[in-house]
Amino acid sequence: MRRIFVFITLIIISTASLMAGGSLLLKNGTILTVTRGVIPKGDILIIDGLIKQIGENIAPPPGVKVIDLNGKYVIPGIIDSHTHIALAGTNETGDTITAEVNMRDVIDAEDISIFTALSGGVTTIHTLHGSANPIGGQNITLKLKWGKKAEEMIFSQAWPTLKFALGENVTQANRQVSPGEERRYPASRMGVMAIIRRELEKAKNYMAEWDRYQELKKMKILNRPLLPPRRDLRLEALADLLRGKLVARCHSYRADETIEFIKLSHEFGFRIACFEHIPEAYKIAKELAAEKIGISVFMDNWAYKVEAAQGIATMPAFCTQQGVLVSLNSDSNERIRRLFNDAAKAIKYGGLSEDEALKLITLNPAIQLGVDKWVGSIEVGKHGDLAVFNEHPLSSYTRCEMTIIEGEVYFDREAYLREREEAQKAEPKTKAQGGVQ
Amino acid sequence: MRGKIMGLLFLFSLWLILFSPIRAEEVLAITNVKIVPIIGNDIEKGTIIIRGEKIEDIGPNLSIPVGAKIIDGQGLIAYPGLIDGYCQLGLYEIGSIQATIDYRETGRINPQVLATEALRPDSMHIPVARSNGITAALVAPSGGLIAGRSGLIQLFGWTPPEMVIKAPVALHVELPAARAGFRRQADQPAEGSRLLNEVKNLMDQARWYEKRKVAASKNKLIGLPEFDEKLEALLPVIHGELPVMISVHSANDIRAAIQFVQDQKIKAIFYGVSQGWMVAKEIAQAGIPVVLASLHQLPPSWEDGYDALYRNPEVLHKAGVKIAFSSSSASLAKELPYHAAKAAAFGLDKREALKAVTIYPAEIFGVSNLMGSLEKGKLANIVLAEGDILELRTQIRHVFIKGQEMDLSSIYDDYLEKFKKRYEKRNK
Repeated sequence: MRRIFVFITLIIISTASLMAGGSLLLKNGTILTVTRGVIPKGDILIIDGLIKQIGENIAPPPGVKVIDLNGKYVIPGIIDSHTHIALAGTNETGDTITAEVNMRDVIDAEDISIFTALSGGVTTIHTLHGSANPIGGQNITLKLKWGKKAEEMIFSQAWPTLKFALGENVTQANRQVSPGEERRYPASRMGVMAIIRRELEKAKNYMAEWDRYQELKKMKILNRPLLPPRRDLRLEALADLLRGKLVARCHSYRADETIEFIKLSHEFGFRIACFEHIPEAYKIAKELAAEKIGISVFMDNWAYKVEAAQGIATMPAFCTQQGVLVSLNSDSNERIRRLFNDAAKAIKYGGLSEDEALKLITLNPAIQLGVDKWVGSIEVGKHGDLAVFNEHPLSSYTRCEMTIIEGEVYFDREAYLREREEAQKAEPKTKAQGGVQ
Repeated sequence: MRGKIMGLLFLFSLWLILFSPIRAEEVLAITNVKIVPIIGNDIEKGTIIIRGEKIEDIGPNLSIPVGAKIIDGQGLIAYPGLIDGYCQLGLYEIGSIQATIDYRETGRINPQVLATEALRPDSMHIPVARSNGITAALVAPSGGLIAGRSGLIQLFGWTPPEMVIKAPVALHVELPAARAGFRRQADQPAEGSRLLNEVKNLMDQARWYEKRKVAASKNKLIGLPEFDEKLEALLPVIHGELPVMISVHSANDIRAAIQFVQDQKIKAIFYGVSQGWMVAKEIAQAGIPVVLASLHQLPPSWEDGYDALYRNPEVLHKAGVKIAFSSSSASLAKELPYHAAKAAAFGLDKREALKAVTIYPAEIFGVSNLMGSLEKGKLANIVLAEGDILELRTQIRHVFIKGQEMDLSSIYDDYLEKFKKRYEKRNK
């Protein structure tokens, strides 16, 4: 018995050490902590994946690898609050309401976009169901541990989220209907509200049926076996939303539809963590601030459709100044590698401070995902998730040099260039490169 | 009596001042600025004198002409206005609304269409780009094999003719973009040479068409060939007057395009050229300038390396290719300086990056006598910036186009101001 106990303890210890991240000492960096100012020449010690110490002249503990940054800039790992990378599918278009769908089931750990994101300093992503449906599916937050298995990438402390979508995409306003084909319901913003309300009412009924069943079971008044209600995974997900176990992330563009969705959340008592894109947020910044609902937006991508035609680049800064929690997202496997460029534009368009601008891609998305206790700034006790830049990360001349997650280096430009050079030497020149085959 | 005469004289001189056709040109002096003229050395503290539409003088210690309006530059940095090497400004408003898209004609062969004839001066995208220091742009058609002809515009004017500086600038031939993937496109058989052969056949037809026209003009017995708008549009190309701007991406297609240009003995500009770094020397030897497409794209092949598009400009420049940057956009034309800066982040010399959005595009489009640098006699297209014009955080304070100061507000400000009122009212 005792031997079994020891054995189990050993397993626990070994898995714990497997789960723990790496240890690193970064020396002589210009540290932009985001929450605690700038340390002009500082060191960061990461032990087992967590930041142990930030300061000057930290002595390396035995066995810990030291990286000299030579004055390079260190920021918290960038967080993209809205993307669709690292997934084997984006939209379940077979139905209009697909709350049962879970992106956790389709994580693609080998998607090259993970590497692209790392090359731009991104360490955490919230990867979502698409916007084809009024109620899409459940989303997942990942650490971009390139080369690891899907399960190891999941950021388990993040809030479980459910994707909603409003406007042109769900009404399929920009879709050509073939002759004889009828438009999918909903085809207007009226229908979008109605269908979401219908589904939430169904979920309420479903919950009531289960409550009734549990009550009857307790009462034991019936002398025959009691049949439970039919389990419905779709309504189960919506019930979880109403129970507060899931939070809503709602794709919205227009100010009006956003206000209507907030009303709906009051009607049914569920929580909206964040509105997605919402280019018209500046029209309703007061409401968003009062409701404490964050927004995850493009910096300046606009005018690609009617509901994006008033999406002005002054919006992220203005909303921040009005007290709205703003993050900048990529929604793209290309933009994801230059979110730091987007952040800098919020200084130009609206006059944010450097810290406020950096928060748009670090701390703010972390708060929106419920993970700010662990990531989003450089603080002792938080994960050792860092991005290193050769010049100030808000300069247009900057380049990401290194990306670290939990004390492990996942992107190292120098090593990458070295490997590329070696590979080119080893590989005979192809015809296209002027060689003979 | 005397008073009456004096009064009449006064009225006459007033009339002269107000309505005289020989009214003196307005003189403007921008003082106290750091000048980055692009051509010539930087001037730490200098003055720019503008007479009418042009730069009259530029230098460190200039005496200001009497009556000149003075603009105190307050230590700002003066740059020549930036030139976008390829965009859809004025041809695109809202992506999903076909009624607002005029850069794409239906069909595959459209040499007859001219982008500047569809230009919308009141486009909401123009002031956004202008307020970021862009004063001129190549507006280009796109789609099909021969997309049409482009023109160079200045980013100010109430009507298309007021905006057009030069049109046509080039005939646009488009080879398909390499599809993003893991495999290198260069090793695959080139679709490009087949398509270029189609263009070659059209040009041969145009040559034959012209011979028939010439023959008809010389001999009354020979009738004119039926008017062909497409072949007519190709004539300046086969004469070597109008360059062909070939949108070309993979290394193999670039090679085929070089061959095509040399065989046809025509002038050419390449656009896109995402795998140019693989054949940079060949492009340089052929003397073909390159307008790079937006760097906000992924490399066509992952074998090229994640930074292939970012380092491409430097490789081309080093090999001796003349390069210019472009926004490849309308709604994001304001991003032009940052494409150049991105290339600088990956090796291109900062000053070369700046030249590739000023003097190089001016040279490529044949307008370097008018713009691209701050020099005596050139158009007064001037930007006053708080700092480095390619830097993301730099505010632009003044923009002049042909000596006229621009309003730097855009739709960004219009909407924000409109809705700011809502908050002010609520606060009262």
